[in-house]
Parts: sequence; structure tokens; C-alpha cells
Amino acid sequence: MPEVIVRKTVISIEEIYHEGGPVLDNVHRRAYIASVIQNPFAGRYVENIVGFIDDLKPLGLHMAKSLIEALGGDAGVVEAYGKASVVGENGELEHAALWHAPGGYSMREQMPNSKAIVPSAKKVGGPGARIDVPVTHSDASYVRSHFDAIEVGINDAPRKDEMLVILAMTTGPRIHHRSGGLETKDIVGIDGLK
Amino acid sequence: MKIRKIAVTLEETYLEIGKEISPPTRRAAAVAVIENPFSCKYQEDLTELMKIGEELGGLLGKKCVEALGIEPAEAESYGKAAMVGENGELEHAAAILHPKLGKPLRAEVDKGAALVPSSKKMGSMGQAMDIPLGHKDAAYVRSHFDGMEVRLNDAPRSNEIMVAIAVTDSGRPLPRVGGLTHQAAEGKDGLR
Repeated sequence: MPEVIVRKTVISIEEIYHEGGPVLDNVHRRAYIASVIQNPFAGRYVENIVGFIDDLKPLGLHMAKSLIEALGGDAGVVEAYGKASVVGENGELEHAALWHAPGGYSMREQMPNSKAIVPSAKKVGGPGARIDVPVTHSDASYVRSHFDAIEVGINDAPRKDEMLVILAMTTGPRIHHRSGGLETKDIVGIDGLK
Repeated sequence: MKIRKIAVTLEETYLEIGKEISPPTRRAAAVAVIENPFSCKYQEDLTELMKIGEELGGLLGKKCVEALGIEPAEAESYGKAAMVGENGELEHAAAILHPKLGKPLRAEVDKGAALVPSSKKMGSMGQAMDIPLGHKDAAYVRSHFDGMEVRLNDAPRSNEIMVAIAVTDSGRPLPRVGGLTHQAAEGKDGLR
């Protein structure tokens, strides 16, 4: 299968102090890393594409490590995660699905306690396309305080023959979470759901 | 100054139109979302915003240099921009950007003889803002004229101002339109 050719990466970290409510001591951080890669299947229909999943694994691992590094180097601070992919116009939606395994497991490998499925979004789009990366708690998907989404977009990507692969992490609940539901202190942490 | 959030973005380019960029070009932007103390009213004296600019020049400049992981002297270009939410006034952006922001920013990038290029606008949540970039010590260095787009889907709210600083450790990925080069720049008068 083809090698992974990376044109650029973008790392972004938001530090949130408040959103109209009380300012907290613990700054809430929302971060993502996005890599712009060449789509090896652009411009034609290719039946057998699954081999590219293995090709993407080293990139996924590198991205997960880089993002944790950008958050200070301790994977223990990450409480929620998500992933997404945007495929340029000469590709197809199915290509975005190749990111599921390498994207998800790269983060979970760095986070020993993570049991929850990594939520995801995908789309076909042009340069500057925005995608909302869904984010949920990494130990238990139902934790309501950690449901979130991070909007990601790069003005010059994905070009026609490219795809954008994204990992997202947050260090805690929404800044002023108060909508009830399962709380982190009540996580059982066996099935990844509750 | 009431800061709601700060977003820092680091971009590294490895390939441009198929050509390898070695070492990769790198640029960082730090964006602060602050409350506009003068929204919904005409305020003659903008001193408070000038002080905010002074604080943000140092804070955001430092964030950029930290994100790049470089020594201050390794910074090569910079720029600044502000976008004011709908209940404010364009002059608010000017008060933040121009009187006092530059000095503390220059301290963070070591020197900075050149004018810090800037742009400003009124805007709403999710709008893109292009931060102009120019060489920090010699404004005529042609390889370093650039711009970096930033946007936050939830800012600026009506009563907020978005303030951004960008710093790079390199010029455009494949500069080849001539002019003064980084190597040839003297960097004394801020121009050449």
C-alpha cells in the first residue's frame, strides 16, 4: 500500500477560563491535531482500500503523542476524546472511514484506562471546510458533562487529492456543565458506557 | 482585563505543491477572547484598552514563542490583528493594537526592529481574521510577507474582542519572488 505523505500539521489548544459564569481555578483545555495527507485513492474508484489502515497507524500514534505532548506530556490529564476526517473532492466518504481504527486506537494506546468508543465525524469537503469533531468521556461514553465538540478547519486543506485526519482531546468537562446525567464520580468503567 | 479563552495554534508545513520543505516552515498564532469594557457605549478615553494591549502583547507573544519551542531570537516574523464584536467600535481594535502592544511583544521575540504589521475589523462569531506577517527586523524581507488565518466558532460574541498575535520561525514555504532575503537583511532600521 502507498506510504502516508503528510503536507502539513496543525495543533491547536484552547484554554477556557469562563463562559459567562464563575472563573475556575482549573483552566479547561480543548485541543486538536490535524494532519493534511495525500489521498492515495483520489480520482478513481479503488475497491480494496483497507491496507491503508495499517499505513495510517504510525501517523495516528505520532499525532496522539504530539497532542499529549502539547498538553504537557501527561496523558493522565486527558478526560475526553474524539476524531474526524475530511476527504477532498476527488475522494469518497469511504476513505474517511479508514481513519477509525488508526485514529481511535492511537489515542487509546496512550490512555490505559480508556474504555469508551472514540466518537467520530466525517465528510467530503473543500479547502476551508469546517468539521465539528464530537468529543465524549474516554472511560464512559454516557458521562454527560464531557459531551462536547470542537470545530476544526484549515483554510488551504483538504485540496482535491488530500484528506484531513484529526484527533481531539479535552482535559475536563464543559466549563460550566450543569445539565445533570452521569457524573465522573459515578463511572463504573467496565463497559466503556457507564 | 477579563479573558474568556486563549487559543494557540501551531502549523508546520512539510510539503508545498509536492516539494519537500526542509526544515518545515512553522508559524504559531495565539488568540485571546476578552470582554470589551466599552461595548454598547461611546467612550472617549480608551486608555483601558491600551493597557489591555500592553498585557496581551507580552502574553500572546510568549504563547507563540512557547508553541514554536524556540529561543526568542529565533523568531523571524510577526503580526497582529483584532476583531471587535458587534457592540463595539473599530477604534477599540486600534486602541489595543497600536499604542502599547508592540513593546512587550518585541521583548518576547528579541529585538523586532520592524513595524508589526496589523489588520483590524468588526466581526461576529466564527468569522475568519487574517493576521498579516512581516519580517520582525527588516520589513522589506520579501520571503517573509505572509498571512495566517485564525477563527474561533464561538468568538467574538457581541460584547467581546478577539486579539491575535502570530509569530513564525521561517518565511513562506517556497519563496522565489526575489527581493531582500533574511540572510541579507541588516535589521537595524527596521526596513532593510
